[in-house]
Amino acid sequence: MVIEGSRFASKAPLAAAQILRNARLIVGTHAFRLAALYFLVFAASVLGVLLFVYLTSAGFVERQTEATLDAEITGLAEQYAQRGLSGLIQIVAARSAGDRGDAMIYLVTDPDGRPLAGNIAAWPAGVPTHSTWLSFALERTINGRHEVHPARGRLFVIPGGYRLLVGRDISDAAAFRSEVRTTLLWAGSIALGIGLIGGTVMSRNLLRRVEQVNRTSERVMAGNLSDRVPLHGTSDEFDRLAANLNRMLDQIERLMTAMREVTDDVAHDLRTPLSRLRTRLERALVAPSGADPPAGASQSEAIRAAIDEADRLLATFNALLSIAELESGARHDQTASIDLSEVARSAAELYEPVAEEKGFALTVAAEPGVRMRGDRHLLSQAISNLLDNALKYAGGGQIELRVFPENGQAILEITDQGPGIPEADRHSVLDRFVRLEPSRTTPGNGLGLSLVRAIARRHDGSVTLEDNRPGLRVRLQFARLPT
Amino acid sequence: MKILVVEDDRETATYLTKGLSESGYTVDCAGDGREALFLATSADYSAMVLDRMLPSMDGLSVLGALRAAEIRTPALILSALGSVDDRVKGLRAGGDDYLVKPFAFSELLARLEALLRRGAGPTTTTRLRVADLELDLLTRSVRRGGKAIEVLPREFRLLEYLMRNAGHVVTRTMLLEHVWDYHFDPQTNVIDVQISRLRQKIDKSFDHPLLHTVRGAGYCLRAPE
Repeated sequence: MVIEGSRFASKAPLAAAQILRNARLIVGTHAFRLAALYFLVFAASVLGVLLFVYLTSAGFVERQTEATLDAEITGLAEQYAQRGLSGLIQIVAARSAGDRGDAMIYLVTDPDGRPLAGNIAAWPAGVPTHSTWLSFALERTINGRHEVHPARGRLFVIPGGYRLLVGRDISDAAAFRSEVRTTLLWAGSIALGIGLIGGTVMSRNLLRRVEQVNRTSERVMAGNLSDRVPLHGTSDEFDRLAANLNRMLDQIERLMTAMREVTDDVAHDLRTPLSRLRTRLERALVAPSGADPPAGASQSEAIRAAIDEADRLLATFNALLSIAELESGARHDQTASIDLSEVARSAAELYEPVAEEKGFALTVAAEPGVRMRGDRHLLSQAISNLLDNALKYAGGGQIELRVFPENGQAILEITDQGPGIPEADRHSVLDRFVRLEPSRTTPGNGLGLSLVRAIARRHDGSVTLEDNRPGLRVRLQFARLPT
Repeated sequence: MKILVVEDDRETATYLTKGLSESGYTVDCAGDGREALFLATSADYSAMVLDRMLPSMDGLSVLGALRAAEIRTPALILSALGSVDDRVKGLRAGGDDYLVKPFAFSELLARLEALLRRGAGPTTTTRLRVADLELDLLTRSVRRGGKAIEVLPREFRLLEYLMRNAGHVVTRTMLLEHVWDYHFDPQTNVIDVQISRLRQKIDKSFDHPLLHTVRGAGYCLRAPE
């Protein structure tokens, strides 16, 4: 028993603390504050209405009492004016005789306070001696029972020191008033109770939906990127909020996945040349230098190779940055209306000698005046990358650069007669660092086509790889500007 | 000639100061924007090399303040920000050339010397001449030793740029920028082949070659000594 008791005792404060903490959590929420505000406004209006009802209904009875008394007094005053004090005493005595059921009270006394006529025996305790409205307690014996009734009346001091009291037992009115009060209190309590319950339910409902969003975002932050806010299918504001959040989470997940892939690729594709660079420098360091000319030459050769390696690394790095910049949309646009044919011809002019030297025939078929909105530098770079690729992989033959309009689009095609790209790889080869040659003996960083795609997308265009039978056809498609 | 180097990275600053001194220039060095502004307004420099990102006041603000004060010292902007956009911003702020870090010293020197020449030489000439090689900008014709040489339009532009910078090294990127307006490096050695084509035409059947390759730097068109 003692053990039980102590266990209970140790649990109780914990439970209390838990409740307190929960209460604090709920009070701290916006939903609670909103519900509380609504409740306060609701309560104030209910109380206002009830108070108005009470004042009008209770006041009505009171005013009626006073009107009756006034009429009675007017009547008595007329009697007094016509017939003097004795007439007044007579009429008071007549009205006092017998219970007329209207609860009227009459009393006429001489200057010493001795009653001359009336239906109460003496001055009620505490009645003042000058003319005034007054409320007093009336002691009565009805059916043998002693009762104290509230009463309201008016006291007149008649010339000569005689006094007249006209009053009315208002116990009925008081009962009515208390009845009204009780009714209204009940009505108010019920209304407020319903309001409180409604507010609580509303705030808890609100809280639950918000809490779902909160819990989901906490889980996402904790690393569970695939978690989503549950939808209720009601297409209300909360569902719309949840749907938007889910779309945002989809995008974040996609970006995170892409970033992870890029990071892995970068780690792999930069680490290899970096370690090569390090090896070269190390070899240059241990190579004997000075007097022996061949050794000195090999040292400077190693350093030159290291510089070349560093340059290639920088080129990779720059390409990565350019792609990231283009894809993130962080770049300010330098777009203008440009002549795609002119850009293509200019690129071909630059590449023509090198193509010929490598055993290619580079031809341009650019229809004049194919204009588009874009950045000349970026488009030049895209064409240059595609020409670099053709020269690198096609081995020889014809390279054709074509620009023409098609269905309101500006099309730029570069075709070669090389081995082409197998259909299965045509999509993946546009991704970063994807190089189809497993041995990776041809120099390159696998970023050329990714940059082309990023540039195309930047111009709201697309890039597709097709079969040229034989060879590869790269097709860039942009919105054409009317000429 | 006095050059102002504005660079907050001490190692780069030392490297630049040393290299420029060895090339025969007097060099002053500023480590931040305010010092740069003070030096550039108080002494007369032939050119300045200005890092874009500096403590206390960035390079472009320094340049803006100098240009607003009518100080027209040619400025070569150095920056780690290499997109076309950054370049345009740099040139709009009053820069005369823009070089992306990291860079080869030979590239910086060639560009700086091109800036120094720009202020001096007449630009409205219609005829360029190096030794017995002549280029007429009006008729767009080339002659060497009185003999007409047929060149393609791109070869003409290339030769014009080389002749305007005769006796000085021009780098591959300078050629790409000024002749083709390309602000990136193609992976293929396009410029080398273009130069060798040009060389075929202007040097092959003559005793003294004019167009020389400067190893590790670029090309130089100069009269034989």
